[in-house]
Amino acid sequence: MSEHRREGLVLSIAVGIVAMTFGVLADAAGLSLPQIMVMSAFLFTGASQFAAVSVIDGGGSSYAAVGSAMLLAARNALYGPVVSRLFRGSALRRGLSAHFVIDETTAMASIQGDDETAADAFWWTALWLWSLWNLGSVGGALLGSVIGEPEAFGLDAAFPAAFIALLVPHLGARPGRVAALAGGVLAIAAVPISPAGVPLLIAAFGVVPGWLFGRREEAEATS
Amino acid sequence: MSWAAIWIMVAGAFGFKAFGVLGLSRFTDGAGRSFQAITALIPASLFTALIVVQTVVADEKLVLDARAWGVGAGIVAVWRRAPFTAVVVVAMAVTAFVRWQTLV
Repeated sequence: MSEHRREGLVLSIAVGIVAMTFGVLADAAGLSLPQIMVMSAFLFTGASQFAAVSVIDGGGSSYAAVGSAMLLAARNALYGPVVSRLFRGSALRRGLSAHFVIDETTAMASIQGDDETAADAFWWTALWLWSLWNLGSVGGALLGSVIGEPEAFGLDAAFPAAFIALLVPHLGARPGRVAALAGGVLAIAAVPISPAGVPLLIAAFGVVPGWLFGRREEAEATS
Repeated sequence: MSWAAIWIMVAGAFGFKAFGVLGLSRFTDGAGRSFQAITALIPASLFTALIVVQTVVADEKLVLDARAWGVGAGIVAVWRRAPFTAVVVVAMAVTAFVRWQTLV
């Protein structure tokens, strides 16, 4: 198996185990199995799913849950421009491909050297991840408390650590490093003053200083 | 949770994704090199923010706990050019160990 497909599988296995904790939490919050299955199959954006069931579990209304979920889903729109060139065909087909545009698939696609490999990485990660995310959700809902505390295995560090490895290829040139630093600082600054999901949207403005750096470097190179 | 709320979420989440692929990307693709340069930087900013949020945030507050140790170990593993799987496993193991130590 080629390297990017294998990495996509490893990431998907870790996220699939996280999906079991989603199933457990959703079941405990009173969602039915069909509701859990529909969320994982068609909402298919983990942070939103966790946010929604946390609100319900904490006694919040369905509509408060929708609000939280949407704040966390909004960032997926920003991934569209990053991966859209990998989608060919009619607007309908490209629109349906958008269902799979999330953190993990965008990350795996964005670190490949050429578009063909990037598309392959995107779709294999989408396939692994969608399958294991749904399998894990159902498993968690059915097995429930049998699973125990996933935090005891450090599972909550698997996702950020995987993304460190996926971030590094974006730090090769100075504009990328500046954009990363600015994004991180903006996110930290935004956490105490905004609801979950919003810090990521604010962090997107980190691309501006990165872009300005790139322009200045270009101007210096040509002058 | 009501079924209506679930279908609204499904529609909304898909709406964001489709807007990105069909709407935002038309804007960035058509607008020349500046926008392409900006698009290329989106992963750097967003993934860093994602790492930060997943490492030092709990219940919408900044918190330093066992995850920070694990992700720190993950950074070292990446720096030492460890394979992808090793990075994930090391981060999980260190987080689990620190958590277990603080419980004991």
